[in-house]
Amino acid sequence: MTFEQWFYTLPLRLRSLFGNTQVDQELKDELRDHLEQEIQENVARGMSAEEARYSALRALGGMAQIEQQCRDMRGGNMIDNLVQDLRYGFRQLCRRPGFSALAILCLTLGIGANAAVFSWVEGILFRPYPAVAHQERLLALAGTATGESGATETSWPDFLDLRRSCTVCDTFFVSKITGSTLSIGDRAQVTTGSIVSANYFDAIGVRPILGRGFEPGDDVGRNGHPVAVISYQLWQNRYKGNPQIIGRTQRFNNVPHTIIGVAPEGFYGTFVGWAMHFWVPASMEEVFESGGYKLEDRGARWIEAYVRLKPGVTRTRAQEEISAAATRLETEYPATNRGRGIKLWPLWQTPFNNAGTLLPTLEIMIAVVAFVLLIACANVGNLLLVRSFARRHEMTLRLAIGATRARLLRQLLTEGLILSAFGAAGGLLVAHWCRHALVLLFPARSGVAMYLPGEMDWRVMAVSAGICVITTLIVGLVPALQTRNLDLAGALKADSTGVVGARGRAWIRSGLVVFQVCLSFILLVGAVLLLQSLQKIRTTSPGFSTTRVVETGVSLVAAGYDVPRAKTFQDELIDRVRSLPGVESAAFARVTPLGYGTYSSTPIAVDGYEPLANEQPAVDYNQVSPAYFATLGIPLLSGREFTRTDDENAPLVAIVNQTMTARYWRGQDPIGQRLQVKGRWARVVGVAADSKYESMRELPKPFFYVPLLQDFVRGPALNIRTTQSLQTISAALINQVHALDGNLALYETITLQEQVDRSTSPQLVAVTLVSILGGLALLLAGIGLYGVMSYAVAQSIRELGLRMALGAGTANLIRLVIARGMRLTAGGVLLGAAAGLALTRLLGSLLYQVSPRDPLAFGSAFAVMMITAIAACLLPAWRATRTDPARVLRD
Amino acid sequence: MSKPSDLVQGTLDMLILKILALEPLNGWAVSQRLKQISSDVLGVSDGSLYPALHKLEQRGWITAQWKASGNNRRAKFYSLTRIGRKQLEKETDDWNRLSAAISGIVKLKEA
Repeated sequence: MTFEQWFYTLPLRLRSLFGNTQVDQELKDELRDHLEQEIQENVARGMSAEEARYSALRALGGMAQIEQQCRDMRGGNMIDNLVQDLRYGFRQLCRRPGFSALAILCLTLGIGANAAVFSWVEGILFRPYPAVAHQERLLALAGTATGESGATETSWPDFLDLRRSCTVCDTFFVSKITGSTLSIGDRAQVTTGSIVSANYFDAIGVRPILGRGFEPGDDVGRNGHPVAVISYQLWQNRYKGNPQIIGRTQRFNNVPHTIIGVAPEGFYGTFVGWAMHFWVPASMEEVFESGGYKLEDRGARWIEAYVRLKPGVTRTRAQEEISAAATRLETEYPATNRGRGIKLWPLWQTPFNNAGTLLPTLEIMIAVVAFVLLIACANVGNLLLVRSFARRHEMTLRLAIGATRARLLRQLLTEGLILSAFGAAGGLLVAHWCRHALVLLFPARSGVAMYLPGEMDWRVMAVSAGICVITTLIVGLVPALQTRNLDLAGALKADSTGVVGARGRAWIRSGLVVFQVCLSFILLVGAVLLLQSLQKIRTTSPGFSTTRVVETGVSLVAAGYDVPRAKTFQDELIDRVRSLPGVESAAFARVTPLGYGTYSSTPIAVDGYEPLANEQPAVDYNQVSPAYFATLGIPLLSGREFTRTDDENAPLVAIVNQTMTARYWRGQDPIGQRLQVKGRWARVVGVAADSKYESMRELPKPFFYVPLLQDFVRGPALNIRTTQSLQTISAALINQVHALDGNLALYETITLQEQVDRSTSPQLVAVTLVSILGGLALLLAGIGLYGVMSYAVAQSIRELGLRMALGAGTANLIRLVIARGMRLTAGGVLLGAAAGLALTRLLGSLLYQVSPRDPLAFGSAFAVMMITAIAACLLPAWRATRTDPARVLRD
Repeated sequence: MSKPSDLVQGTLDMLILKILALEPLNGWAVSQRLKQISSDVLGVSDGSLYPALHKLEQRGWITAQWKASGNNRRAKFYSLTRIGRKQLEKETDDWNRLSAAISGIVKLKEA
């Protein structure tokens, strides 16, 4: 219909819908008017009054028929019918409350799981920063290095140059996560915050509700602008919402900062995974970052940045410009930038926060919840089928008295719509409760809680509505298939007393069960594969001992220790720790393997190694104290450990790992060879075995160690090899630290095993989620199987009675019923196995050293499926044995 | 339905549109006009006229207004809309093509 047509017809439709009586009255008036005029005319022609009247009525025909025909023409019928269908549908559902509740529960679970996962996807991947203006145009900016996969941080000077030259971006800002122990009043607490460029609040369009944001010069100069903006939550919780907060001083890492602003409620910064509670300008970097002043050091890569594209600019176009700028930097500053590029990432792939880590899990979850929804739909479809069979009589009757097939179909779809609408409403409620639940799956740890909010915005609602419509079609159309056979209703009567496993109309129901079993089997295989991967990851040797080694640390920077004082303190502490009972050895290291800290990376040069034209070899390294290798249990393959004599006055030395030996010395013994680190030559004194450095899943990579005293850091991590329990050793440690300085606080003391477990938590989350939903799928499939078998038994009661009368025993009957259930299950498992072989590859990066076609996974999923199936068939089978042959044969 | 069998499908709609194209009329007047101009050949019963009028109204081709009629009573007057006029043109064209074709066939001399 054209618009102009609607202009005329819409008011008419609305009138016939809402002003029905008035419209009917007008029709009557119109027809009466016609009659009167006709009578007048007839009288004028010379008829008698009575004759004129009869003639007019004859000419017009039956009034009632005309009125009905006119009403049909009005076309308000469709809506009338809908209202009628809805009313009828509700009555139908209320008459079978058990059935309706079960159907709605299935759909609630199915739709709820989908809505919850979509709210996570929305809140974590696609629109993680609801308070930020135009986040749809935000991209994450990170560095790349030739020969390294993945992303690196960026240096501040590079960032400034890129920002200056960029023409396709609205804005360019830095937001680098950091942490600080805040003590306000008598409470001390670790708090997360961001080091940001001065344009931060203007760039993201967030206005502090009190005070102001940063000023343009705030990110210039070394420690030049000790100012901070705090979060609304921090303001409320720690400062009790004090309106006089602006201008007050707060110590961050022992440096007094002036609070200049309070961010609005609901703004948690720009980092997926943790809520930010304070923001400081980049000029204060040295206070929060280890490794000294880095604002003028192009080789120091530490910042994480975002850009917002101008409207209409594509990522490809922006990437071209940024890449060109990075190439210019490479030629201008080869010493630091050779082989370095810059890459723009969509927010959902942000490499430096938890979006990147959660992406593979959430991708899989979308597929998994779709499976659960399909299984739920199959269940409801099956329930409706049973009912449509029971309603066969009603449907036949309606067809017989003139209902069209389309009308019946509409009725069935309406009933499906009612069910799925309730399901969707329940599902949204479930999703609302679960929207912040993702964080619960991460193992609890002391310190700062993770923050991973879901987002229930209109897009999630729209997706849920779409799912609801699809569900309606599925659950409504399944029983509609059945109405095709209705003409034969009479002939099919005999079918109602069939035999177990009889073919015929049962194929749809059986097909649905096979489909359910197939999908649940795939989910089970996926869950088992993930579980195996987790097991593998957790049992893979990280290359160091995990059981008898604990790690902790002392925050000396925050306590205001300078380098000489820190050296003395660290020397004294390590001596005291070594003399503790049960301590075998102890050592400092700047970064603990698999911990939160990031390793320094440095350009290196090796005698006799010719780098490729575009290669600037750079390798991660760690600063460690004597006895580090003995303490962590990393084997030294040749050479020696660092000793106390490898100090700032001694010649520089280094220990390299196996992979580094293989790559840069081509497997030759590197002991005594030279290695250039940060522009100075060091002598290799040892070769250590490879171990895991940042992640349990990483491949062996080049790595080396330098003595802590030759590249000093304040407050490194303390590793202790001990036979004591964790509690004993941590209590003893606190005593020792307090004996040296009563004001110092110890970080959490954990075993290295705990450290490994924490670093594998994304894996754990994936396993937990897929197991929960796999279990749900299994339950739904079990219910489906149970339903089908119960129905089959109920329908074939005559046959069962006959068999009993002929001498079949209990065991025979049970075998008969279970065999039928097993046939369905086996069909589903076969299909599932075939599909699974193709689909489990999608788990991709979530699998670790497990083949996606692992026979053990398929085998155990098969076992679980079979046990569930037998359990689901037992009750119907038992019921079959309770058949009273005399009664059924008499009926 | 009381539609006469010899009335070509859809012709009634065209006739009504044509009649209303001349001036707005009420239902009774339309029926009189139909009888006059078609010299009762078509034999459209009054009974089939009203559903047709309502259908055309629903399609937006004609629109109705309650106005005072001759004997000082309110009557429902139908008039053609802009899209109704277009529809009439289209149907007239179709009709002309069809009738030309049919009369061409009918006039063929038997060999």
